[in-house]
Amino acid sequence: MDIRLDAISHSYGGTEVLRDISLDIPTGKIVCFVGPSGCGKSTLLRLIGGLERATKGRVLQLGTPPAGCLNPLTYVFQDFALLPWRTVHGNISLVLEDHGIKGTAADAIISDVLARTKLSDFSNALPRQLSGGMKQRVAIARALAVKPAVMLMDEPLSALDSQTRELLMDDLVGLWTRQPFTAAYVTHNLAEAVRLGHRIAVLSRRPGEIREMVEIDMPLADRSHGNPELEQIQKHLWDMMRDEARAADEELIDV
Amino acid sequence: MSDATLKTRPIEVRFRGGGFAPKARRWVGLAVFVVLIAIMEIGTRSGWISALTLPRPSDVLATFKELWDSGLLFKHLLPSLSRLAVGAAIGATVGICVGVMIGLFSYVRAGLVPLVAAIFPIPKIALLPLFVIWFGIDEASKYALIAFGTFTPTVVATYGAVDNVDRSLIRMGQSFGLSWFSIVRKIVLPGAMPGILSGLRISLAIAIILLVAAEMLGAEYGIGAYILEAGSLYDLERLFAGVVILSLLGVILSTVIGVIERRLLGWRG
Repeated sequence: MDIRLDAISHSYGGTEVLRDISLDIPTGKIVCFVGPSGCGKSTLLRLIGGLERATKGRVLQLGTPPAGCLNPLTYVFQDFALLPWRTVHGNISLVLEDHGIKGTAADAIISDVLARTKLSDFSNALPRQLSGGMKQRVAIARALAVKPAVMLMDEPLSALDSQTRELLMDDLVGLWTRQPFTAAYVTHNLAEAVRLGHRIAVLSRRPGEIREMVEIDMPLADRSHGNPELEQIQKHLWDMMRDEARAADEELIDV
Repeated sequence: MSDATLKTRPIEVRFRGGGFAPKARRWVGLAVFVVLIAIMEIGTRSGWISALTLPRPSDVLATFKELWDSGLLFKHLLPSLSRLAVGAAIGATVGICVGVMIGLFSYVRAGLVPLVAAIFPIPKIALLPLFVIWFGIDEASKYALIAFGTFTPTVVATYGAVDNVDRSLIRMGQSFGLSWFSIVRKIVLPGAMPGILSGLRISLAIAIILLVAAEMLGAEYGIGAYILEAGSLYDLERLFAGVVILSLLGVILSTVIGVIERRLLGWRG
C-alpha cells in the first residue's frame, strides 16, 4: 500500500505551517522528512495518520493494506507512549485486544514481535524498569504487532542518547533488511536520515514546503557509520538547511 | 593554576545537596503517640495537669474496657460503621462517576463544575435539618449527609486526576484504533487512579467527621451519640474514649487506602 500526499496545506489559526506538500511514500521504502525546528514535520506526520485534518489537500491510500493488517497507519512516538501500569507484554496486548485477539493467538504475535526486537526476556518488565532504548524497542514491537502497512515514526530516536541511537538505528536497519517495511520517518537528525532514508524530503522553515527530494540508492545494509558518500549527502543537506535553521531558531514563537 | 591559589590552604567543598526526599521511617509515628500519652499520664498523676483539663489516659482505657465488657462498644460501633460504609460508598461511587464524566465531556464540565464549586463550601452539617425533612429522621438522612459530604471532594479530585492523564497516551490509543470505551477503561481510568485514591483519603476523613455530626441528631446508638451524651455530662473519660475510637477509625481507613494504593499503583515503583 502506498501513501500519496496530494497538495497538503495546513494552518493553525492564522499561522500557515505547511504549504502545498505533494509526494508519494512507496511500499517497502523509508521516506525521511527533515527540516528546521517548527517546520511542521511532526504536523505532517499527524496528518498522514489521521490524527489531524489538513486545512487543504488530501492524504490518499493507494491500494489495499496487506492481509492480516490490523492498523494500516501505525505510529512510533518520540516519547514512546507506553502505559506505565502495563508490562511489556501488556502494552503490546493492549493494541491487539480491541481487534479481538486474545489468549494464545495474542501470545503468538507478542512473542514473535518481542523476538524480532530482541526483547523476549523482558516480557514481564514494567516500563519504568527499562532504559530509553528498550522502551523505544517495545514501542516498535507494539507497532509491528498490528502488522502496519505504513509506519509513521515521529523522531523515534530523538529522546535517546547518541550511543543508544546508533544501536537502535542498526536494529531498524536489521528489521527492514529481514522484512522491508514502509515508513514515514520524521527527524531533525541528518545522520539518521541518510542512514535510514531511501528518500529524504527536505522541508523549508515555516510555512514548510518541500525544498528538495534526495534519493539515496545505496542499500540500507551497506550504509555504515562514517561512509564518505553518505557524509557527502549529509553535508549537502546541512548546507541547504543551515541558514533556515538559524532563521527558524531566531523566530519568536507565537503559535 | 596561579601561584596565589596554590599558596592558600584548600577548602573542602561544602555539601549542600540532599533532603527533600521523604523516606519511610518506621515506628516514629508510634513513638510520637507513646510520648504524648506518657506525658499526659505523668502530668495528670503528678498533678501539674488538673483532672479537669485532661482525663487520665489510664482512666480512658478503663472506660474503654468497661465499654467493651458491657457490650455497648459494638452496640455503638456497628450502626456507625454501617452508616459510614453505606454513606461513603454512595458518595464516593457517585463522585467518581460524575468526576469522570466532567473529565470526559465538555458539556458536563461546563454545566457541573460551577455547581460543584457552589456546593463544595457549604458546611454539610448545616443541611442536616433539610435532610431530615427530605429523608426522615432515620438512617436515610444520615446516609445522605455522609454521601453528600464525600461526594464533592471526590468529584473535584477525580476530574483533576482525569485532566492530568497524559494526553500523549490517549493519542497513542487513538492512533492504534482503540475504541472510545477502551481508551477510557484502559488508559484514562488507570491513569487517573493515583489522583482518585489520594482524593479518597480526604473524602473518607470528611465522611468520619460527618458521621459524628449526623449521629448527634436523632441517633440512639452510634459513636456520635455516645460522644454527644458524654459531652453534655462533661464526662471527659467517655468523651475521650469516643474520640479515640474515631481516631482509630481514621487510621484504619488510611491504612486500607495505603494497601489499595500499593496493590493498584505498584507500577509507580
